Amino acid sequence: MSRHVVCSADELPPGARRTAFVDGREIALFNVGGQLHALLNRCPHGGARICNGVITGIATSSGPGDYRLERDGEFLRCPWHGWEFELATGQSWCDPRTTRLRNYEVRRESGGNLVKGPYVAERFPVIMENDYIIVEL
Amino acid sequence: MNAPFQEVQARQTLAVVDCDIHPAHRTPGELLPYLAPRWREHYQTYGVHVRQALSSTLMYPRMMAAGMRADALPASGPAGSDLDMLRQQHLDPVNVEFGLLMALSKGGMEERNPEFAAAMSRATNEWQIDHWVRQEPRLRAGIVVPQEFPEAAVAEIERCAGDRRYVQIMLSSRPSDPLGHPRYWPIYAAAERAGLPIGLHPVGYNGGHPSTGSGWPTYYLQEHYVFVACMEALAASFILGGVFERFPGLKVVLVEGGFAWAPALAWRMDKHFDKFRKEVPHLKQRPSDYLRQHIWWTTQPIEEPEHPRHLIEIIDWIGWDRLLYSSDYPHWDYDNPSFSFKFPMTEAQRRKIFRDNAMALYRLS
Repeated sequence: MSRHVVCSADELPPGARRTAFVDGREIALFNVGGQLHALLNRCPHGGARICNGVITGIATSSGPGDYRLERDGEFLRCPWHGWEFELATGQSWCDPRTTRLRNYEVRRESGGNLVKGPYVAERFPVIMENDYIIVEL
Repeated sequence: MNAPFQEVQARQTLAVVDCDIHPAHRTPGELLPYLAPRWREHYQTYGVHVRQALSSTLMYPRMMAAGMRADALPASGPAGSDLDMLRQQHLDPVNVEFGLLMALSKGGMEERNPEFAAAMSRATNEWQIDHWVRQEPRLRAGIVVPQEFPEAAVAEIERCAGDRRYVQIMLSSRPSDPLGHPRYWPIYAAAERAGLPIGLHPVGYNGGHPSTGSGWPTYYLQEHYVFVACMEALAASFILGGVFERFPGLKVVLVEGGFAWAPALAWRMDKHFDKFRKEVPHLKQRPSDYLRQHIWWTTQPIEEPEHPRHLIEIIDWIGWDRLLYSSDYPHWDYDNPSFSFKFPMTEAQRRKIFRDNAMALYRLS
């Protein structure tokens, strides 16, 4: 694994996003409230450049009539088909093919109502060091 | 945050024909120059009259960006209104050889006033040429017609026929009556004379019927799915109504309604055809024969089964010469040709679906 300086820290302040090319791969960089994220800039489902997605939370429900928007700022929604990826892991969530089974359990287990989807966005370690943003890949 | 970046995607090598691109008006008055003074006055005084409350809104709110790709909003105007953005985001990186326009909004199909619907259809067709096809030689127009006013629809087809910049006749898959009804037949006669396929695409709620036979859907997810039910009903109506017996040269393209249902519909119709043949004595072939001879399907939004290879068997039944790649740009459920087909194809199959079938059907050159 090699380290690559992609930009200076003030080029990626909290609330900002940008892209960088590293070893021929386009990386999407996000600074969400000081938390840095780096993902391969290509949706594993349909190929969209996910840097253009909306940063959002996730809608959860224990059943009809109960809806909540939770964990605001922790998910990236693909700009095309709307797959939602957890920024911290790259994991897609809310796969409708499996949520029904888990919804049954969620009445007893708080936080257990998110179910993994089939896609994982490729993530890379990203750190701030000496006022520079550094991605490892 | 949440502002779009510039496109820098690598160009894909296989040239494609995209059979579903949606152009939008950059400004609300963009059609006015194409309307006669009488209808310009009408437009500005009364506005359009569609079968829906709050007519400038979406009946079913989309989960984002008003149903558009969230990255397709230009600096000014709505998604789909900027030709340069269409080139940069789609035509260039996807290597589109020809792109077929499907003009949806305010084209005349949803309009209730028949004379105004005819004027709006003509205006939309002239606008497609001026704003899109004349500016970008890869684009081709579809003739929008006031389909509930067949006499005027025929006049508009005849006005455009012969101009090869128009490659099909566009009808809504939500008509007032099932499209096999004889009142629409003058349109098919005109299509056959002009040698143009009919492209069916959902356009709002112009027929005024709920989009399912059992009432209005509750969710957008449900509404999106029932495009399929519309197309099945219309395919059955064309076939059983005898349209293809009467107009043997007619070709119908079902756009954005899926294709995986086609074998099941044909099997059910064939099964009962043998028993109820006396009810439809005008049919000389089995329903599946008409389906295979007269109907084409576009691919977007492509079905995504758990085992993508299941689609291969379905396409084997339908015929690899019957599917036409479509993207639906700039809508949210856009299909990129490099990613949307998750099953292996031979080079010959790929060339047919992405290019050659459409080149032949629409006689593109």
